[in-house]
Amino acid sequence: MSGIGDIPAVRSYAYWLLQYRRTWRGSAITTLLSPVLYLAAMGVGLGSLVKTGSGTGGLTYLEFVGPGLLAATAMQTGAAESTYPVLGSFKWIRNYHAMAATPLGPRDILVGHLLWIASRVAMASGVYLAIVAAFGAVRTPLAILALPVCVLIGLAFAAPITAYSSTRETDYGFAAIQRFGIVPMFLFSGTFFSVTQLPWVIRPIAYITPLWHGVQLCRDLTTGSLESGGWWLVGVHVVYLLVVTGVGYFFALKFFRKRLAV
Amino acid sequence: MTEASPEPLIRARGLVKRFGSFVAVDGIDLDVARGEAFGFLGPNGAGKSSTMRMIGCVSPPSDGELRILGLDPRRDGPRIRARLGVVPQLDTLDLELTVRENLLIYGRYFGLPRALIRRRADELLDFVQLLDRADDKVEPLSGGMKRRLTIARSLINEPEMLLLDEPTTGLDPQARHVVWDRLVRLKHRGVTLVLTTHYMDEAEQLCDRLVVMDKGRIAAEGSPRALIERYSSRDVVELRFALGENETAAEKLSGLGDRIEVLPDRVLLYADDGDASLEAVHSRGVLPVSVLVRRSTLEDVFLRLTGRSLIE
Repeated sequence: MSGIGDIPAVRSYAYWLLQYRRTWRGSAITTLLSPVLYLAAMGVGLGSLVKTGSGTGGLTYLEFVGPGLLAATAMQTGAAESTYPVLGSFKWIRNYHAMAATPLGPRDILVGHLLWIASRVAMASGVYLAIVAAFGAVRTPLAILALPVCVLIGLAFAAPITAYSSTRETDYGFAAIQRFGIVPMFLFSGTFFSVTQLPWVIRPIAYITPLWHGVQLCRDLTTGSLESGGWWLVGVHVVYLLVVTGVGYFFALKFFRKRLAV
Repeated sequence: MTEASPEPLIRARGLVKRFGSFVAVDGIDLDVARGEAFGFLGPNGAGKSSTMRMIGCVSPPSDGELRILGLDPRRDGPRIRARLGVVPQLDTLDLELTVRENLLIYGRYFGLPRALIRRRADELLDFVQLLDRADDKVEPLSGGMKRRLTIARSLINEPEMLLLDEPTTGLDPQARHVVWDRLVRLKHRGVTLVLTTHYMDEAEQLCDRLVVMDKGRIAAEGSPRALIERYSSRDVVELRFALGENETAAEKLSGLGDRIEVLPDRVLLYADDGDASLEAVHSRGVLPVSVLVRRSTLEDVFLRLTGRSLIE
């Protein structure tokens, strides 16, 4: 038996892998089609109306919006995979409870699931990045580093939302997360236009959203032109996303323990 | 009580489980020896499931001493769980996976080698008579089949002790008998069985020894036979009278048997010799509409110890 299977979190990860083998076809079409549609409509179509200039940081609109959409996809995948799948694992499928009766503990169950979400984000973002590149919206091979960044973005959403979902008995709150969290961030965190275009009073709100940090990172890496502030600012974005992930993980673990070991 | 091995598989002293201010388990002592079939009986809310969850090392005790397989659940939870099999009250099967996949993935949770899991999965599916359904999804299986699958799954790690929380609740009589038959076979193989139930016939069929729990405490302990001898008479005479005549009839019977209980629809006369007591009833000129002389069952013990009124 190989070493990696001896790690308890890898054993709970195996569940999600097995599950996915049954259901991957459905999500594969969305994963492939959605970047093509968005990049064609926004990048190429809408982009034909947008002049390259200071508003786009000297980039064509396709180059500007491509990494924005990439980061937003990482966010959406991370968020979607940590709402219903987490609640369902407690309430409906009860696979968490099945695992908890075995040598696996709450931490193994949580880490295994987060690893799986990270894998899903990597899959969706990998496809997205490849399609962004195929559209010619990538300026440097450095862009490949946007992939681990996307995984980090996904986890910065998945960890806190997992914590939230693990306290729920119903799915009522999920629509609110989507409506008041994910959609506004998608629209206003620098995905489609620079945050500097926002009125100064609401600009700070955009700066504290994890998505803004993710969008900045992805744009830096796919275009190779760092924002003013350079690598130092890249470090700030990464640390910010790591902190959000860490805080989310801390609470998720606390709530998993509370719910699985009572 | 006999102690087959020096260290009992379960040893509890003053075991307590609290949820906030609610005391679910209120200081119980237990010893379960290797090879025993041990049952928890009790009404809903008596603390059976809470006790089972502590024994299964998923719920930490609030107070008292608990040792499972000679180990401390607070410290050695994963090591203990690796050697237990659990059949939970609510099924935790994955309905979208196939019957076999449910076993394979569960075996992986224990870190068992794939080849070993595959071999055991087929053996176990054969054992619970589901081998012909191995590649079907779980979803359309009947309740009894799902229960058997859960039992097969709980055996994937060849556990030393099997914990079954209400193993046959909700099953039809045929399905219950199939489950019982499999559990008896496991018992003969030397697997220690620990189960909760509120079916008296299940307890009588399966358990060498049992405790009756009520309000978080142990109300009685012993073999089914011993409990009946201690808390009931050998026989019970059930007497039915015309509507509203139970009380007056019971007064005329006073002094007969060990005990008389008046229920809304009948009068129960507990006695060691039911037939003799029935003659005595007749000789007092009491003429019931119908009569049944039967042996005492665990149900009589259970109702005596936990009361007839519904507590929820």
